[in-house]
Amino acid sequence: MATSREQIAERLAAVGYVADRELPVALQLMDMLGRPLLLEGEAGVGKTEVAKSLASVHDTALIRLQCYEGLDQSTALYEWNYQRQLLAIRARELQGADPDALERDIFSERFLLERPLLAAIRREDRPVLLIDEVDRADEEFEAFLLELLSDFQVSVPELGTIKARSIPRVVLTSNNTRELSDALRRRCLYHYIDYPDVERETRIILARVPRIGTSLALQIAAMVESVRKEGLRKVPGVAETLDWAAALVGLAVENLHDDRETVHQTLRCLLKTQEDRARFTPEVSARLLGKVA
Amino acid sequence: MVAAHPDAIEGAEVGHRMIGRLAAFMQALRDNGFAVGLKESEDAAQVMASGLATPPAIFRTALKTLLSARHSDWQKFDDVFDAFWRGRGARRVVLVSTHVAAPKAAELRRLVGADPEPGRETGLAEQRPRDCEDAVEDDAGGRARMEGASRAERLAETDFRKIADRQAMAEAHALAERLAQRMRSRFTRRERARSKGRRIDLRRTIRRNISHGGVPIELLLRKRKRKPLRLVVLLDASGSMSLYTSVFVRFIHGVLDHFREAEAFLVHTRLVHVSGAMREKDVGRALERLSLLAQGVGGGTRIGECLETFNRWHARSVIHSRTCVMIISDGYDTGPPEAMSGQMRQLARRCKRIVWLNPMIGWDGYAPEARGMQAALPHVDLFAPAHNLQSLAALEPYLARL
Repeated sequence: MATSREQIAERLAAVGYVADRELPVALQLMDMLGRPLLLEGEAGVGKTEVAKSLASVHDTALIRLQCYEGLDQSTALYEWNYQRQLLAIRARELQGADPDALERDIFSERFLLERPLLAAIRREDRPVLLIDEVDRADEEFEAFLLELLSDFQVSVPELGTIKARSIPRVVLTSNNTRELSDALRRRCLYHYIDYPDVERETRIILARVPRIGTSLALQIAAMVESVRKEGLRKVPGVAETLDWAAALVGLAVENLHDDRETVHQTLRCLLKTQEDRARFTPEVSARLLGKVA
Repeated sequence: MVAAHPDAIEGAEVGHRMIGRLAAFMQALRDNGFAVGLKESEDAAQVMASGLATPPAIFRTALKTLLSARHSDWQKFDDVFDAFWRGRGARRVVLVSTHVAAPKAAELRRLVGADPEPGRETGLAEQRPRDCEDAVEDDAGGRARMEGASRAERLAETDFRKIADRQAMAEAHALAERLAQRMRSRFTRRERARSKGRRIDLRRTIRRNISHGGVPIELLLRKRKRKPLRLVVLLDASGSMSLYTSVFVRFIHGVLDHFREAEAFLVHTRLVHVSGAMREKDVGRALERLSLLAQGVGGGTRIGECLETFNRWHARSVIHSRTCVMIISDGYDTGPPEAMSGQMRQLARRCKRIVWLNPMIGWDGYAPEARGMQAALPHVDLFAPAHNLQSLAALEPYLARL
């Protein structure tokens, strides 16, 4: 509980997540105030990764709810296992069972299918609940989520109210495809993950790509930073950087200046649209490479 | 505010003076457009009391996490914080920024037509019907109504530039709002009539029929959810458009009020998202808030640059597959035409339709020769006049087909 922010940063680093300076404070506040954390940022900056790392920092389970349009309570919260219920009814009918007992039985927990939200609040060990891309869900679902996040209890009409055994650590991510409601925003702590600077990106590469030299990692980070400034249609994220680094290691490149041809060829790990690729002529990559020490 | 709720910080070793400062800081945030309330103040006080506040940078980060709610807040926060807690000189710079807009408010209100220019001359042609109306007022109600109807019709055909007196302007505004209202209601009816289930929803059918022992008596159908048409309006508020801006602002207010999904942006030297301000029910207050938001209205336009901002930061959240982007501008762009055409291409790829309304099409002998206009035209689906209310009304069937 009383983990200091240095400890959090250390443990994050230990599980391979290189945080910016502000994230540990946010995570500490999350524990202190018991509030969910809303993460925003461009695609590919590692929003989902934060939740995964948080789970391994606290050594608990990660329960993930991927949001999409049309997501409703029965896929997010709970559902009755209708097929099993029907089977049970038929089987007992043949045995000539007592109808009252039968009714009690088919609406017992045995027939309840746990979906991520219910699973999260019924666990003992305070799991990390990741609600991914919450902006993709409908507004109605957002309202429901708000209620759940403030009360941490669920009422199932046939069964009664289920209270949370432990309050999960909740992380929400949003890609800004829809404006979230003010109510949800106010309920949450907020953290914006930016593209990492060269120093942090270098450390990320070193942590994530095996057998890579520090000087190459530094060069890659510097190169990616200048690619990001080129005003591309799809700006490469950290995931793309890691792909590229892995590709270069695989091709046994040790210095970007040694093999400009390979560097240009492998740049497609970073460029994800036809338009961007057409813009990146060998001259452009040579110019950017020229700036890299 | 916080000081009035001492229980919020019970047990905390935070002095009264500190709490006072914190309350003032919350006020400063509110002045800078943060949505922070009592709950946030309490939490901030708790953070302060927890000892997390000792290194100032950490305190700043903690409050930033707690009190920001969106990316724009996140970007602003450090400046506001530093200005407030670290040095008085800087403080003035940031805090004053909200007040700088105040003298401009009058300017914009003139622009949006709440208060027409006194110096403007009233043409003879406009004078006459007014005299007539005065005479009719004494007559029977029936005739007065007729007069009113024909007057509305005539107003619909008059170029906005030529509507000069205050009353005619007010009527034009009312008409614009009614028009926006009518557009909305027609869309709704059409959608309802069409929605019928096509596929059987098996899971729900079984669930519903459990009481019949699983024999499917009641069928539940699944229908596809319809996305309502979303309208995104980009209104050019530059000097060259100033005679038209007032009516369009009213039109947008009407649209935002009655479309379930609509967003509005003001385009001049930079892009301003004005949906929040325009959603205000009361027109007067909406205009007031708008004038606070719009600084530099009436200068040159950088449409290309504004479109770039729009594509970069807003397009993803306000445009979906059934979105119509409506640009109201005369196309006089001070930026390079290449930038304009590139941004228009990107925009066209994203949305369903682009409608460009140009008030100057209504002028005699106008050809779209402005460079910006030329660059944009290949990407525009409908290029239509918008110099009077009739031309706006003519758009409705087009929008309904989307």
